[in-house]
Amino acid sequence: MTSWKKFVFGLALALGATLGAQASSGGGIAWDKAPGKINDNASLQDGVKIFVNYCLNCHSAAYMRFNRLKDIGLTDEQIKDNLLFTSDKVGDMMKAAIDPKQAKAWFGANPPDLTLVARSRSGAGGTGADYIYTLFRSYYRDDSTPTGWNNLAFPNIGMPHPLWQLQGERKPIYSTVESHGHETQVFSGRWEQVTPGTMTPLEYDKAVADLVNYLKWMGEPAQSKRVAIGVWVLLFLLVFTLFAWRLNAAYWKDVH
Amino acid sequence: MAEFKEISPNASAGAKLNNWFDNRFPTLFAEYRKHMSEYFAPKNFNFWYFFGSLALLVLVIQIVTGIFLTMNYKPDAAKAFESVEYIMRDVPGGWFIRYMHSTGASAFFIVVYLHMYRGLIYGSYRKPRELVWIFGCAIFLALMAEAFMGYLLPWGQMSYWGAQVIVNLFSAIPFIGPDLSLLIRGDYVVADATLNRFFAFHVIAVPLVLLGLVVAHLLALHDVGSNNPDGIEIKKGPKGNRWSPDAPADGIPFHPYYSVHDIVGVSVFLMAYFGILFFAPEMGGYFLEYNNFIPADPLVTPPHIAPVWYFTPFYSMLRATTDTMVHVLMVIIVLAVILNFIKSRSSTAKKGAIAVIGLIAIGLLAVFDAKFWGVVVMGGAVVILFFLPWLDRSPARSIRYRPGWHKTVYAVFLIWFAILMVLGIMVPGPIFSQGSLEWLTNERVALVGTLFYFGFFLLMPWWSQLGTPKPVPDRVTFKPH
Repeated sequence: MTSWKKFVFGLALALGATLGAQASSGGGIAWDKAPGKINDNASLQDGVKIFVNYCLNCHSAAYMRFNRLKDIGLTDEQIKDNLLFTSDKVGDMMKAAIDPKQAKAWFGANPPDLTLVARSRSGAGGTGADYIYTLFRSYYRDDSTPTGWNNLAFPNIGMPHPLWQLQGERKPIYSTVESHGHETQVFSGRWEQVTPGTMTPLEYDKAVADLVNYLKWMGEPAQSKRVAIGVWVLLFLLVFTLFAWRLNAAYWKDVH
Repeated sequence: MAEFKEISPNASAGAKLNNWFDNRFPTLFAEYRKHMSEYFAPKNFNFWYFFGSLALLVLVIQIVTGIFLTMNYKPDAAKAFESVEYIMRDVPGGWFIRYMHSTGASAFFIVVYLHMYRGLIYGSYRKPRELVWIFGCAIFLALMAEAFMGYLLPWGQMSYWGAQVIVNLFSAIPFIGPDLSLLIRGDYVVADATLNRFFAFHVIAVPLVLLGLVVAHLLALHDVGSNNPDGIEIKKGPKGNRWSPDAPADGIPFHPYYSVHDIVGVSVFLMAYFGILFFAPEMGGYFLEYNNFIPADPLVTPPHIAPVWYFTPFYSMLRATTDTMVHVLMVIIVLAVILNFIKSRSSTAKKGAIAVIGLIAIGLLAVFDAKFWGVVVMGGAVVILFFLPWLDRSPARSIRYRPGWHKTVYAVFLIWFAILMVLGIMVPGPIFSQGSLEWLTNERVALVGTLFYFGFFLLMPWWSQLGTPKPVPDRVTFKPH
């Protein structure tokens, strides 16, 4: 490498490192990887159950129709019997049960719509799914907040832990780190179970993974189809490029 | 009127049909010959010559997908976001059309930037192609307007606040600014009225201008003929080739040679385009910004507002223009005037006049707000491109035959452009979050970048004449395939 190429390369590296560093310093802990698979229908079906039972009371998913759930293997009957209020129709949008005025009074702000939350919450730290997966595994009791709950991934979050009965109460374990002559408390990555939930930690992690998986799917229901079509389109173009390249060579043979 | 041509009754059906049209619409055949089968392009085009036809392809993609999008999109502040999600979810194939359009927007800028870069390195803007270049710059300007107004339509947070920030810039213009920004918005903040007029501009007004300019760009190009990587005028070379005795010897018919050639380029381009579209339509938040999946909320300002990647070099220059920049510019003007007094051999009167102009410039810099000069710098960064044909005084047209160190100048320019692009994406303030480099802020680096950007162009009349160019061959360099 010539010296100026080295310089450019070094510059690019430095900038890349800087961009990464900037992105991760956005408040809250680093995000875990959400384990869900977008074409795992069993997981998506478990996820939508949790979503309807725990999230849809306060949050809406106003751009999502119930009957789109047929894409993840549910029938109209199953949707009607298990996921709808009696007054709802299967072609309706997922509206929140709560009155927006009350929500504002109780939580200080209207709970945001969740249709696209797995897309809008993406960042340099990971996908929106990673963020939500981390969020639901980072709640702890905090008497200094109005709701009594706080979160390591979203400090001073307005939403109390909606799945606390499932998870139980936990406390983050801090360790003391010394740097530049003074001691700071740093989250160790481990938790202490204060009171048990109805689920074991493993069951809870799976439930959250399913919920997050569902949120990711709901953000873009066409995504598995998109990838499936994409493979064929690229294969076609690969073959087409080959033919185009040879055709071009055949034409250009007589240009001297 | 041309002679009515009779054709033998025994001729083939195709020949008869041809003859029928030729007698009634000869223009069609004449234009086809002029622009396709008898347009003689230099035979030594390389990789860089794919991007013109690719830009045309993307323009067609944008127009066609745009037409389908308007069938379901609602330009109404209360419905716009919802209607985009409706397209993404409920309209059959809607997601595909929408992703084609959103990926196409970024693809447009990628191919146009590469197309402009080609013109830059091979001197394609030099006499007699000044108008081709000027039409091209106008296309770039129209494209920026088109992209900016189209970006408001999904009515997400970034759409809304991006438009808010950019339209507010116009209010920095002295005297007419506040009224001008009000006229653009149609309201005191970006609102329903803004969305409606941006929609009108995006779907019909600017596309019409764009199409007209593209036609002018191509017609002017075909009148003067294409430049080539050697920067040699093939029309001045020997005449006569296999197809025509008076066509340039180094020219070949555009069709079929370059039409077949471009199909390869189109195919490779489509692989990249569809690769992004099907596997990463958000492109890591650069093609579709994450914040834009949240509906526009006039009461919640996002913590970090940045334009889409293709505007960031210019946005960076805007942010770099603070009071520091204004002071730096004043010092530069003073130095230039002093240098002129010492070095220039022109008359004292002329030197005095230049000193007065410098003084006026410093006065203006002091009178108006830095925010206004930021707008001037941002606009100037695009406008300066128009003057390139008259700024470049190099005896050699193509970079191939310029002094070797000219390549370094171009490389430095390019690196700074890339750095400005990255800086425009990043938040303002210190670049490194830790360590002793806190003085190294985004704005300070961008200031240096801005000076390099303008220095490249404004000093070009001087540096482009320096050095000894390499000997330019008489004929184009071409290696048969």
